[in-house]
Amino acid sequence: MARSFITALRALPVWLYVVLLYGFIFLPVGVLVLFSFQESRLPIPPFNGPSLRWYEAVFADARLMAALGNSIAVALTSSLAAVVLGFLAAYSLARHRLPGAALLQGFLTAPLTVSYLIIAMGLLITFNQLGVPKSLLTVGIGHVVINLPLCFAILYSQMGAHQANIERAARDLGAREWQVLGLVTVPMLWPALFASFFLSVTFSWDEFIIAFMVSRFDVTLPVEIWSMLRTGLNPKTNAIGSFVFLISIATVLVLDLVVFRSRKA
Amino acid sequence: MRTDTPRQWSERARAWGLLLPALLWTAAFFLAPLVIMGLYSLWRRSGARLVTDFSLNNYQAFFAKGFLVESLVNSIEVTLIVTLVSVLLAYPLATILAERVPPRWQRLALVLAILPFWTSYVVRSYSWLLVLSEGGILSNFLLDLGLTAEPVSFANNRGATVVGFVHFFVMLLTLTIYANLKQLSPSYRKAAADLGAGPLRTFWHVTLPLTLPGIMVGAFLTFVLCIGDYITPQILGGNKELLLPQAIMLQIARRSDFPMASALAMILMAVVSLVYLACARWLKIDRV
Repeated sequence: MARSFITALRALPVWLYVVLLYGFIFLPVGVLVLFSFQESRLPIPPFNGPSLRWYEAVFADARLMAALGNSIAVALTSSLAAVVLGFLAAYSLARHRLPGAALLQGFLTAPLTVSYLIIAMGLLITFNQLGVPKSLLTVGIGHVVINLPLCFAILYSQMGAHQANIERAARDLGAREWQVLGLVTVPMLWPALFASFFLSVTFSWDEFIIAFMVSRFDVTLPVEIWSMLRTGLNPKTNAIGSFVFLISIATVLVLDLVVFRSRKA
Repeated sequence: MRTDTPRQWSERARAWGLLLPALLWTAAFFLAPLVIMGLYSLWRRSGARLVTDFSLNNYQAFFAKGFLVESLVNSIEVTLIVTLVSVLLAYPLATILAERVPPRWQRLALVLAILPFWTSYVVRSYSWLLVLSEGGILSNFLLDLGLTAEPVSFANNRGATVVGFVHFFVMLLTLTIYANLKQLSPSYRKAAADLGAGPLRTFWHVTLPLTLPGIMVGAFLTFVLCIGDYITPQILGGNKELLLPQAIMLQIARRSDFPMASALAMILMAVVSLVYLACARWLKIDRV
Protein backbone atom coordinates (compact mmCIF):
# COMPACT_ATOMS: atom_id res chain seq x y z
CA MET A 1 0.00 0.00 0.00
CA ALA A 2 2.58 2.54 1.15
CA ARG A 3 4.91 1.33 -1.53
CA SER A 4 2.44 1.80 -4.36
CA PHE A 5 1.68 5.23 -2.95
CA ILE A 6 5.34 6.15 -3.12
CA THR A 7 5.56 4.84 -6.71
CA ALA A 8 2.57 6.95 -7.63
CA LEU A 9 4.11 9.96 -5.96
CA ARG A 10 7.33 9.48 -7.85
CA ALA A 11 5.44 9.29 -11.12
CA LEU A 12 3.63 12.55 -10.33
CA PRO A 13 6.25 14.93 -11.80
CA VAL A 14 6.25 12.85 -14.96
CA TRP A 15 2.51 13.19 -15.52
CA LEU A 16 2.55 16.82 -14.44
CA TYR A 17 5.13 17.42 -17.16
CA VAL A 18 2.95 15.66 -19.73
CA VAL A 19 -0.13 17.65 -18.75
CA LEU A 20 1.75 20.96 -18.87
CA LEU A 21 3.30 20.23 -22.25
CA TYR A 22 0.02 19.07 -23.77
CA GLY A 23 -1.52 22.23 -22.33
CA PHE A 24 1.16 24.31 -24.03
CA ILE A 25 0.63 22.47 -27.32
CA PHE A 26 -3.16 22.83 -27.24
CA LEU A 27 -3.50 26.31 -25.72
CA PRO A 28 -3.34 28.36 -28.94
CA VAL A 29 -5.54 25.98 -30.95
CA GLY A 30 -8.10 25.83 -28.15
CA VAL A 31 -8.24 29.61 -27.94
CA LEU A 32 -8.48 29.87 -31.73
CA VAL A 33 -11.45 27.50 -31.96
CA LEU A 34 -13.24 28.75 -28.84
CA PHE A 35 -13.19 32.40 -29.87
CA SER A 36 -14.28 31.59 -33.42
CA PHE A 37 -17.68 31.21 -31.72
CA GLN A 38 -17.41 34.63 -30.08
CA GLU A 39 -20.46 36.88 -30.32
CA SER A 40 -18.73 40.26 -30.06
CA ARG A 41 -16.13 41.83 -32.33
CA LEU A 42 -13.00 40.93 -30.38
CA PRO A 43 -11.69 37.37 -29.93
CA ILE A 44 -10.46 38.01 -26.38
CA PRO A 45 -11.99 37.20 -22.99
CA PRO A 46 -14.68 37.30 -21.79
CA PHE A 47 -16.22 34.69 -24.08
CA ASN A 48 -19.81 35.67 -24.90
CA GLY A 49 -20.88 33.09 -27.47
CA PRO A 50 -21.53 30.65 -28.81
CA SER A 51 -22.45 32.30 -32.06
CA LEU A 52 -22.01 31.26 -35.66
CA ARG A 53 -22.01 34.80 -37.05
CA TRP A 54 -18.28 34.77 -37.94
CA TYR A 55 -18.61 31.51 -39.81
CA GLU A 56 -21.49 33.06 -41.74
CA ALA A 57 -19.24 36.05 -42.44
CA VAL A 58 -16.51 33.71 -43.71
CA PHE A 59 -18.80 31.85 -46.09
CA ALA A 60 -20.31 35.12 -47.34
CA ASP A 61 -16.86 36.53 -48.09
CA ALA A 62 -16.32 36.16 -51.85
CA ARG A 63 -12.57 36.82 -51.67
CA LEU A 64 -12.03 34.16 -49.03
CA MET A 65 -14.11 31.62 -50.91
CA ALA A 66 -12.23 32.37 -54.14
CA ALA A 67 -8.94 31.90 -52.27
CA LEU A 68 -10.22 28.62 -50.86
CA GLY A 69 -11.03 27.40 -54.38
CA ASN A 70 -7.62 28.56 -55.64
CA SER A 71 -5.87 26.73 -52.81
CA ILE A 72 -7.70 23.49 -53.56
CA ALA A 73 -6.99 23.77 -57.30
CA VAL A 74 -3.30 24.54 -56.82
CA ALA A 75 -2.87 21.80 -54.20
CA LEU A 76 -4.51 19.08 -56.31
CA THR A 77 -2.85 19.88 -59.64
CA SER A 78 0.63 20.60 -58.28
CA SER A 79 0.53 17.44 -56.14
CA LEU A 80 -0.58 15.34 -59.08
CA ALA A 81 2.30 16.71 -61.16
CA ALA A 82 4.77 16.12 -58.31
CA VAL A 83 3.61 12.52 -57.84
CA VAL A 84 3.79 11.71 -61.57
CA LEU A 85 7.25 13.25 -62.03
CA GLY A 86 8.48 11.72 -58.79
CA PHE A 87 7.12 8.30 -59.66
CA LEU A 88 8.68 8.20 -63.13
CA ALA A 89 12.04 9.33 -61.76
CA ALA A 90 11.92 6.85 -58.86
CA TYR A 91 10.99 4.01 -61.22
CA SER A 92 13.81 4.92 -63.56
CA LEU A 93 16.44 5.08 -60.83
CA ALA A 94 15.21 2.02 -58.92
CA ARG A 95 14.95 -0.27 -61.95
CA HIS A 96 17.85 0.76 -64.15
CA ARG A 97 21.51 1.15 -63.50
CA LEU A 98 22.37 4.62 -64.66
CA PRO A 99 25.80 6.20 -64.49
CA GLY A 100 25.96 8.74 -61.66
CA ALA A 101 22.76 7.44 -60.04
CA ALA A 102 23.77 8.69 -56.58
CA LEU A 103 24.45 12.15 -57.97
CA LEU A 104 21.10 12.23 -59.78
CA GLN A 105 19.34 11.19 -56.57
CA GLY A 106 21.13 13.95 -54.66
CA PHE A 107 20.16 16.48 -57.30
CA LEU A 108 16.48 15.50 -57.22
CA THR A 109 16.29 15.69 -53.40
CA ALA A 110 18.39 18.88 -53.11
CA PRO A 111 15.37 21.25 -52.83
CA LEU A 112 14.56 19.62 -49.46
CA THR A 113 17.63 21.26 -47.93
CA VAL A 114 16.90 24.81 -49.10
CA SER A 115 14.57 27.21 -47.28
CA TYR A 116 11.24 27.88 -48.98
CA LEU A 117 12.06 31.58 -48.71
CA ILE A 118 15.12 31.11 -50.92
CA ILE A 119 13.25 28.95 -53.44
CA ALA A 120 10.53 31.61 -53.53
CA MET A 121 13.01 34.41 -54.10
CA GLY A 122 14.80 32.53 -56.86
CA LEU A 123 11.51 31.91 -58.63
CA LEU A 124 10.37 35.50 -58.19
CA ILE A 125 13.57 36.90 -59.67
CA THR A 126 13.57 34.38 -62.52
CA PHE A 127 9.93 34.99 -63.46
CA ASN A 128 10.51 38.76 -63.27
CA GLN A 129 13.58 38.51 -65.47
CA LEU A 130 11.78 36.38 -68.06
CA GLY A 131 8.66 38.53 -67.94
CA VAL A 132 6.45 35.65 -66.80
CA PRO A 133 3.39 37.16 -65.09
CA LYS A 134 2.82 36.14 -61.48
CA SER A 135 -0.24 33.91 -61.19
CA LEU A 136 -1.62 30.72 -59.70
CA LEU A 137 0.32 28.85 -62.38
CA THR A 138 3.64 30.16 -61.05
CA VAL A 139 2.53 29.26 -57.51
CA GLY A 140 1.80 25.73 -58.71
CA ILE A 141 5.21 25.50 -60.38
CA GLY A 142 6.81 26.45 -57.07
CA HIS A 143 4.78 23.87 -55.17
CA VAL A 144 5.88 21.13 -57.56
CA VAL A 145 9.48 22.17 -56.85
CA ILE A 146 9.05 21.62 -53.10
CA ASN A 147 6.92 18.46 -53.36
CA LEU A 148 8.72 16.61 -56.14
CA PRO A 149 11.74 15.65 -53.98
CA LEU A 150 9.40 14.44 -51.24
CA CYS A 151 7.36 12.25 -53.62
CA PHE A 152 10.53 10.96 -55.24
CA ALA A 153 12.11 10.02 -51.90
CA ILE A 154 8.99 8.27 -50.59
CA LEU A 155 8.36 6.31 -53.79
CA TYR A 156 12.01 5.43 -54.31
CA SER A 157 12.24 3.99 -50.79
CA GLN A 158 9.17 1.82 -51.47
CA MET A 159 10.43 0.21 -54.68
CA GLY A 160 11.91 -3.02 -53.37
CA ALA A 161 13.36 -6.09 -55.02
CA HIS A 162 10.28 -8.29 -54.75
CA GLN A 163 8.30 -5.81 -56.85
CA ALA A 164 11.07 -5.85 -59.43
CA ASN A 165 10.65 -9.63 -59.65
CA ILE A 166 6.92 -9.34 -60.24
CA GLU A 167 7.58 -6.72 -62.93
CA ARG A 168 10.09 -9.08 -64.55
CA ALA A 169 7.53 -11.86 -64.51
CA ALA A 170 5.03 -9.58 -66.24
CA ARG A 171 7.63 -8.69 -68.85
CA ASP A 172 8.47 -12.36 -69.42
CA LEU A 173 4.78 -13.03 -69.96
CA GLY A 174 4.82 -10.49 -72.77
CA ALA A 175 3.67 -7.26 -71.12
CA ARG A 176 4.92 -4.09 -72.74
CA GLU A 177 6.71 -1.49 -70.65
CA TRP A 178 3.70 0.82 -70.28
CA GLN A 179 1.57 -2.19 -69.31
CA VAL A 180 4.10 -3.16 -66.63
CA LEU A 181 4.04 0.39 -65.27
CA GLY A 182 0.28 0.86 -65.39
CA LEU A 183 -0.97 -2.63 -64.54
CA VAL A 184 1.74 -3.93 -62.20
CA THR A 185 3.92 -1.21 -60.64
CA VAL A 186 1.25 1.42 -59.97
CA PRO A 187 -1.25 -1.00 -58.33
CA MET A 188 1.52 -2.48 -56.17
CA LEU A 189 2.69 0.94 -55.04
CA TRP A 190 -0.64 2.64 -54.65
CA PRO A 191 -0.48 3.14 -50.87
CA ALA A 192 2.84 4.96 -51.28
CA LEU A 193 1.48 6.90 -54.26
CA PHE A 194 -1.58 7.88 -52.28
CA ALA A 195 0.50 8.85 -49.24
CA SER A 196 2.88 11.03 -51.25
CA PHE A 197 -0.04 12.67 -53.04
CA PHE A 198 -1.83 13.53 -49.80
CA LEU A 199 1.36 14.69 -48.11
CA SER A 200 1.98 16.99 -51.08
CA VAL A 201 -1.58 18.28 -50.87
CA THR A 202 -1.18 19.19 -47.18
CA PHE A 203 2.19 20.89 -47.87
CA SER A 204 0.84 22.88 -50.80
CA TRP A 205 -2.37 23.73 -48.94
CA ASP A 206 -0.38 25.26 -46.08
CA GLU A 207 2.47 26.83 -48.01
CA PHE A 208 2.73 30.59 -47.59
CA ILE A 209 5.97 32.23 -48.69
CA ILE A 210 6.13 30.91 -52.27
CA ALA A 211 2.43 31.56 -52.80
CA PHE A 212 2.87 35.06 -51.35
CA MET A 213 5.83 36.01 -53.52
CA VAL A 214 4.87 34.60 -56.92
CA SER A 215 1.14 35.35 -56.96
CA ARG A 216 -0.57 38.62 -57.70
CA PHE A 217 -4.34 39.03 -58.13
CA ASP A 218 -5.55 35.50 -57.53
CA VAL A 219 -4.14 34.28 -54.25
CA THR A 220 -4.28 31.11 -52.18
CA LEU A 221 -5.94 30.86 -48.78
CA PRO A 222 -2.86 31.36 -46.55
CA VAL A 223 -2.05 34.57 -48.44
CA GLU A 224 -5.63 35.82 -48.09
CA ILE A 225 -5.58 35.01 -44.36
CA TRP A 226 -2.29 36.88 -44.11
CA SER A 227 -3.88 39.99 -45.55
CA MET A 228 -6.76 39.63 -43.08
CA LEU A 229 -4.25 39.85 -40.22
CA ARG A 230 -3.70 43.52 -41.03
CA THR A 231 -7.01 44.29 -39.35
CA GLY A 232 -5.65 42.90 -36.07
CA LEU A 233 -7.45 40.39 -33.88
CA ASN A 234 -10.75 39.45 -35.44
CA PRO A 235 -13.12 36.52 -34.74
CA LYS A 236 -13.54 36.09 -38.48
CA THR A 237 -9.86 35.15 -38.72
CA ASN A 238 -10.51 32.64 -35.92
CA ALA A 239 -13.41 31.20 -37.89
CA ILE A 240 -11.49 30.72 -41.14
CA GLY A 241 -8.48 29.41 -39.18
CA SER A 242 -10.65 26.82 -37.39
CA PHE A 243 -12.23 25.85 -40.69
CA VAL A 244 -8.82 25.30 -42.32
CA PHE A 245 -7.75 23.24 -39.29
CA LEU A 246 -10.86 21.08 -39.69
CA ILE A 247 -10.09 20.44 -43.39
CA SER A 248 -6.47 19.52 -42.62
CA ILE A 249 -7.51 17.10 -39.88
CA ALA A 250 -10.06 15.51 -42.21
CA THR A 251 -7.36 15.10 -44.90
CA VAL A 252 -4.99 13.45 -42.44
CA LEU A 253 -7.76 11.14 -41.21
CA VAL A 254 -8.54 10.06 -44.77
CA LEU A 255 -4.86 9.40 -45.39
CA ASP A 256 -4.60 7.39 -42.19
CA LEU A 257 -7.73 5.35 -42.85
CA VAL A 258 -7.02 4.61 -46.51
CA VAL A 259 -3.28 4.00 -46.42
CA PHE A 260 -2.33 2.68 -43.01
CA ARG A 261 -5.44 0.72 -42.15
CA SER A 262 -5.60 -0.97 -45.53
CA ARG A 263 -1.97 -1.95 -45.24
CA LYS A 264 -2.64 -3.70 -41.94
CA ALA A 265 -5.74 -5.47 -43.19
CA MET B 1 35.50 -2.99 -72.27
CA ARG B 2 31.80 -3.47 -72.24
CA THR B 3 29.78 -3.35 -75.40
CA ASP B 4 26.10 -2.59 -75.17
CA THR B 5 23.67 -4.61 -77.17
CA PRO B 6 20.89 -2.69 -78.94
CA ARG B 7 18.48 -3.96 -76.33
CA GLN B 8 20.53 -2.53 -73.47
CA TRP B 9 20.76 0.67 -75.46
CA SER B 10 17.03 1.07 -75.81
CA GLU B 11 16.52 0.21 -72.17
CA ARG B 12 18.94 2.87 -71.08
CA ALA B 13 17.30 5.40 -73.35
CA ARG B 14 13.96 4.52 -71.78
CA ALA B 15 15.39 4.99 -68.27
CA TRP B 16 16.65 8.45 -69.16
CA GLY B 17 13.32 9.24 -70.77
CA LEU B 18 11.49 8.45 -67.54
CA LEU B 19 13.96 10.43 -65.47
CA LEU B 20 14.14 13.45 -67.73
CA PRO B 21 10.90 15.27 -66.79
CA ALA B 22 11.86 15.40 -63.09
CA LEU B 23 15.44 16.40 -63.90
CA LEU B 24 14.34 19.16 -66.25
CA TRP B 25 11.81 20.48 -63.76
CA THR B 26 14.38 20.61 -60.95
CA ALA B 27 16.97 22.17 -63.26
CA ALA B 28 14.59 24.81 -64.64
CA PHE B 29 12.70 25.81 -61.49
CA PHE B 30 15.20 25.08 -58.73
CA LEU B 31 18.79 25.13 -59.97
CA ALA B 32 18.46 27.87 -62.59
CA PRO B 33 16.67 30.28 -60.20
CA LEU B 34 19.40 29.74 -57.60
CA VAL B 35 22.08 30.50 -60.19
CA ILE B 36 20.20 33.58 -61.37
CA MET B 37 19.84 34.69 -57.75
CA GLY B 38 23.58 34.22 -57.27
CA LEU B 39 24.23 36.42 -60.31
CA TYR B 40 21.78 39.05 -59.07
CA SER B 41 23.61 39.22 -55.77
CA LEU B 42 26.71 40.36 -57.69
CA TRP B 43 24.82 43.00 -59.66
CA ARG B 44 23.35 46.20 -58.34
CA ARG B 45 20.33 48.35 -58.67
CA SER B 46 20.58 51.92 -59.88
CA GLY B 47 17.28 53.73 -59.63
CA ALA B 48 14.80 51.33 -61.20
CA ARG B 49 17.44 49.88 -63.48
CA LEU B 50 19.53 46.77 -63.00
CA VAL B 51 23.24 47.28 -63.58
CA THR B 52 24.89 44.03 -64.59
CA ASP B 53 28.51 44.64 -63.73
CA PHE B 54 29.96 42.15 -61.29
CA SER B 55 31.07 43.30 -57.86
CA LEU B 56 30.85 42.34 -54.22
CA ASN B 57 29.21 45.67 -53.35
CA ASN B 58 26.08 44.07 -51.91
CA TYR B 59 28.09 41.85 -49.60
CA GLN B 60 30.22 44.79 -48.53
CA ALA B 61 27.07 46.80 -47.90
CA PHE B 62 25.76 43.95 -45.77
CA PHE B 63 28.74 44.11 -43.44
CA ALA B 64 28.78 47.91 -43.48
CA LYS B 65 25.14 48.25 -42.44
CA GLY B 66 24.73 47.55 -38.77
CA PHE B 67 21.07 46.59 -38.90
CA LEU B 68 21.67 43.92 -41.55
CA VAL B 69 24.50 42.23 -39.66
CA GLU B 70 22.36 42.52 -36.55
CA SER B 71 19.46 40.75 -38.29
CA LEU B 72 21.77 37.82 -39.04
CA VAL B 73 23.02 37.73 -35.44
CA ASN B 74 19.42 37.92 -34.16
CA SER B 75 18.39 35.10 -36.47
CA ILE B 76 21.21 32.85 -35.31
CA GLU B 77 20.53 33.62 -31.64
CA VAL B 78 16.80 33.00 -31.92
CA THR B 79 17.34 29.80 -33.91
CA LEU B 80 19.86 28.42 -31.41
CA ILE B 81 17.58 29.22 -28.45
CA VAL B 82 14.58 27.66 -30.22
CA THR B 83 16.49 24.51 -31.21
CA LEU B 84 17.90 24.00 -27.72
CA VAL B 85 14.64 24.65 -25.85
CA SER B 86 12.63 22.50 -28.27
CA VAL B 87 14.99 19.52 -27.91
CA LEU B 88 15.02 19.86 -24.11
CA LEU B 89 11.21 19.96 -23.96
CA ALA B 90 10.54 17.29 -26.57
CA TYR B 91 13.02 14.63 -25.44
CA PRO B 92 11.36 13.93 -22.07
CA LEU B 93 7.92 13.93 -23.69
CA ALA B 94 9.03 11.48 -26.38
CA THR B 95 10.64 9.27 -23.72
CA ILE B 96 7.48 9.24 -21.60
CA LEU B 97 5.36 8.46 -24.65
CA ALA B 98 7.64 5.63 -25.71
CA GLU B 99 8.27 4.09 -22.29
CA ARG B 100 5.67 5.08 -19.72
CA VAL B 101 2.47 5.21 -21.77
CA PRO B 102 0.85 1.78 -22.27
CA PRO B 103 1.53 0.58 -25.85
CA ARG B 104 -2.08 0.58 -26.97
CA TRP B 105 -2.49 4.25 -25.98
CA GLN B 106 0.79 5.39 -27.50
CA ARG B 107 -0.55 5.94 -31.00
CA LEU B 108 -3.44 8.05 -29.75
CA ALA B 109 -1.16 10.01 -27.38
CA LEU B 110 1.25 10.74 -30.22
CA VAL B 111 -1.49 11.77 -32.65
CA LEU B 112 -2.86 14.14 -29.99
CA ALA B 113 0.59 15.56 -29.25
CA ILE B 114 1.03 16.62 -32.87
CA LEU B 115 -2.59 17.48 -33.69
CA PRO B 116 -2.07 21.27 -33.69
CA PHE B 117 0.72 20.62 -36.20
CA TRP B 118 -2.06 20.59 -38.77
CA THR B 119 -3.26 24.10 -38.12
CA SER B 120 -2.30 26.39 -40.94
CA TYR B 121 1.13 27.92 -40.62
CA VAL B 122 -0.13 31.52 -40.71
CA VAL B 123 -3.02 30.73 -38.37
CA ARG B 124 -0.72 29.11 -35.80
CA SER B 125 1.19 32.35 -35.23
CA TYR B 126 -2.07 34.30 -35.14
CA SER B 127 -3.35 31.91 -32.46
CA TRP B 128 -0.38 32.74 -30.27
CA LEU B 129 -1.23 36.39 -30.77
CA LEU B 130 -4.64 35.62 -29.24
CA VAL B 131 -2.87 34.21 -26.19
CA LEU B 132 -0.06 36.73 -25.81
CA SER B 133 -1.42 40.10 -26.89
CA GLU B 134 -2.80 42.81 -24.65
CA GLY B 135 -6.16 41.73 -23.25
CA GLY B 136 -5.51 38.17 -24.47
CA ILE B 137 -5.82 34.94 -22.52
CA LEU B 138 -2.55 35.21 -20.63
CA SER B 139 -3.05 38.85 -19.69
CA ASN B 140 -6.60 38.08 -18.58
CA PHE B 141 -5.43 35.12 -16.52
CA LEU B 142 -2.85 37.26 -14.70
CA LEU B 143 -5.49 39.94 -14.08
CA ASP B 144 -7.80 37.36 -12.55
CA LEU B 145 -5.02 36.14 -10.31
CA GLY B 146 -4.39 39.72 -9.29
CA LEU B 147 -0.78 39.55 -10.43
CA THR B 148 -1.19 42.64 -12.59
CA ALA B 149 -3.55 45.57 -12.30
CA GLU B 150 -3.47 46.51 -15.99
CA PRO B 151 -3.74 44.34 -19.13
CA VAL B 152 -0.25 43.44 -20.30
CA SER B 153 1.11 42.48 -23.69
CA PHE B 154 3.55 39.65 -24.21
CA ALA B 155 3.56 39.95 -28.00
CA ASN B 156 5.80 41.96 -30.32
CA ASN B 157 9.11 40.87 -28.86
CA ARG B 158 11.69 38.15 -29.17
CA GLY B 159 10.09 36.05 -26.44
CA ALA B 160 6.84 35.80 -28.41
CA THR B 161 8.74 34.71 -31.53
CA VAL B 162 10.56 32.05 -29.54
CA VAL B 163 7.31 30.75 -27.99
CA GLY B 164 5.68 30.52 -31.43
CA PHE B 165 8.64 28.63 -32.86
CA VAL B 166 9.10 26.32 -29.86
CA HIS B 167 5.42 25.35 -30.02
CA PHE B 168 5.83 24.10 -33.58
CA PHE B 169 9.20 22.41 -33.16
CA VAL B 170 8.35 20.63 -29.91
CA MET B 171 5.70 18.75 -31.91
CA LEU B 172 8.08 18.01 -34.77
CA LEU B 173 10.89 16.85 -32.47
CA THR B 174 8.59 14.75 -30.29
CA LEU B 175 7.65 12.88 -33.44
CA THR B 176 11.23 12.32 -34.68
CA ILE B 177 12.67 11.45 -31.27
CA TYR B 178 9.76 9.11 -30.49
CA ALA B 179 10.32 7.27 -33.79
CA ASN B 180 14.00 6.99 -32.93
CA LEU B 181 13.33 5.64 -29.41
CA LYS B 182 10.91 3.04 -30.73
CA GLN B 183 13.55 1.72 -33.12
CA LEU B 184 15.88 0.98 -30.20
CA SER B 185 15.75 -2.57 -29.04
CA PRO B 186 14.92 -2.65 -25.30
CA SER B 187 17.56 -5.36 -24.88
CA TYR B 188 20.32 -2.72 -24.84
CA ARG B 189 18.83 -1.09 -21.79
CA LYS B 190 18.11 -4.45 -20.16
CA ALA B 191 21.71 -5.48 -20.75
CA ALA B 192 22.92 -2.25 -19.16
CA ALA B 193 20.65 -2.81 -16.17
CA ASP B 194 21.78 -6.44 -15.85
CA LEU B 195 25.36 -5.26 -15.80
CA GLY B 196 24.50 -3.02 -12.85
CA ALA B 197 23.98 0.39 -14.42
CA GLY B 198 21.40 2.61 -12.75
CA PRO B 199 18.70 4.37 -14.78
CA LEU B 200 20.77 7.55 -15.02
CA ARG B 201 23.90 5.75 -16.18
CA THR B 202 21.91 3.67 -18.64
CA PHE B 203 20.43 6.83 -20.08
CA TRP B 204 23.75 8.66 -20.28
CA HIS B 205 25.85 5.82 -21.70
CA VAL B 206 23.31 3.79 -23.68
CA THR B 207 20.04 5.50 -24.60
CA LEU B 208 21.35 9.00 -25.28
CA PRO B 209 24.24 7.98 -27.58
CA LEU B 210 21.93 5.66 -29.49
CA THR B 211 19.29 8.35 -30.01
CA LEU B 212 21.80 11.10 -30.81
CA PRO B 213 21.53 10.65 -34.62
CA GLY B 214 17.76 11.10 -34.40
CA ILE B 215 18.13 14.16 -32.20
CA MET B 216 20.68 15.67 -34.56
CA VAL B 217 18.46 15.14 -37.60
CA GLY B 218 15.54 16.74 -35.77
CA ALA B 219 17.69 19.60 -34.49
CA PHE B 220 19.10 20.25 -37.96
CA LEU B 221 15.60 20.27 -39.43
CA THR B 222 14.55 22.71 -36.70
CA PHE B 223 17.53 24.94 -37.45
CA VAL B 224 16.89 25.05 -41.20
CA LEU B 225 13.13 25.61 -40.94
CA CYS B 226 13.48 28.16 -38.14
CA ILE B 227 16.22 30.36 -39.61
CA GLY B 228 14.39 30.65 -42.96
CA ASP B 229 10.99 31.48 -41.53
CA TYR B 230 9.41 34.86 -42.17
CA ILE B 231 5.89 34.43 -40.81
CA THR B 232 6.48 33.71 -37.13
CA PRO B 233 8.82 36.64 -36.39
CA GLN B 234 6.73 38.95 -38.58
CA ILE B 235 3.47 38.17 -36.77
CA LEU B 236 4.71 37.61 -33.24
CA GLY B 237 7.99 39.50 -33.04
CA GLY B 238 6.82 42.78 -34.47
CA ASN B 239 9.22 45.19 -36.13
CA LYS B 240 11.33 46.21 -33.16
CA GLU B 241 13.91 43.55 -33.86
CA LEU B 242 14.49 42.21 -37.36
CA LEU B 243 15.41 38.66 -38.24
CA LEU B 244 17.20 37.91 -41.51
CA PRO B 245 14.10 36.71 -43.45
CA GLN B 246 12.33 39.92 -42.43
CA ALA B 247 15.31 41.94 -43.66
CA ILE B 248 15.15 40.07 -46.99
CA MET B 249 11.44 40.76 -47.38
CA LEU B 250 12.01 44.43 -46.54
CA GLN B 251 14.53 44.73 -49.39
CA ILE B 252 11.94 43.29 -51.76
CA ALA B 253 8.72 44.90 -50.58
CA ARG B 254 9.86 48.38 -49.57
CA ARG B 255 12.82 48.98 -51.80
CA SER B 256 12.43 46.48 -54.69
CA ASP B 257 16.16 45.91 -54.29
CA PHE B 258 16.44 42.41 -55.72
CA PRO B 259 20.26 42.39 -55.87
CA MET B 260 20.54 43.20 -52.16
CA ALA B 261 17.78 40.73 -51.27
CA SER B 262 19.63 38.09 -53.32
CA ALA B 263 22.87 38.76 -51.47
CA LEU B 264 21.05 38.36 -48.13
CA ALA B 265 19.47 35.12 -49.35
CA MET B 266 22.89 33.82 -50.40
CA ILE B 267 24.21 34.65 -46.92
CA LEU B 268 21.29 32.77 -45.38
CA MET B 269 22.06 29.79 -47.61
CA ALA B 270 25.74 29.94 -46.67
CA VAL B 271 24.87 29.85 -42.95
CA VAL B 272 22.64 26.80 -43.43
CA SER B 273 25.33 25.07 -45.51
CA LEU B 274 27.95 25.73 -42.82
CA VAL B 275 25.68 24.26 -40.16
CA TYR B 276 25.03 21.28 -42.42
CA LEU B 277 28.76 20.66 -42.87
CA ALA B 278 29.34 21.08 -39.14
CA CYS B 279 26.86 18.34 -38.25
CA ALA B 280 27.16 16.25 -41.42
CA ARG B 281 28.77 13.36 -39.59
CA TRP B 282 25.65 12.90 -37.46
CA LEU B 283 23.28 13.49 -40.34
CA LYS B 284 23.06 10.23 -42.16
CA ILE B 285 19.65 11.24 -43.36
CA ASP B 286 19.13 8.26 -45.66
CA ARG B 287 19.61 5.94 -42.69
CA VAL B 288 16.90 7.43 -40.50
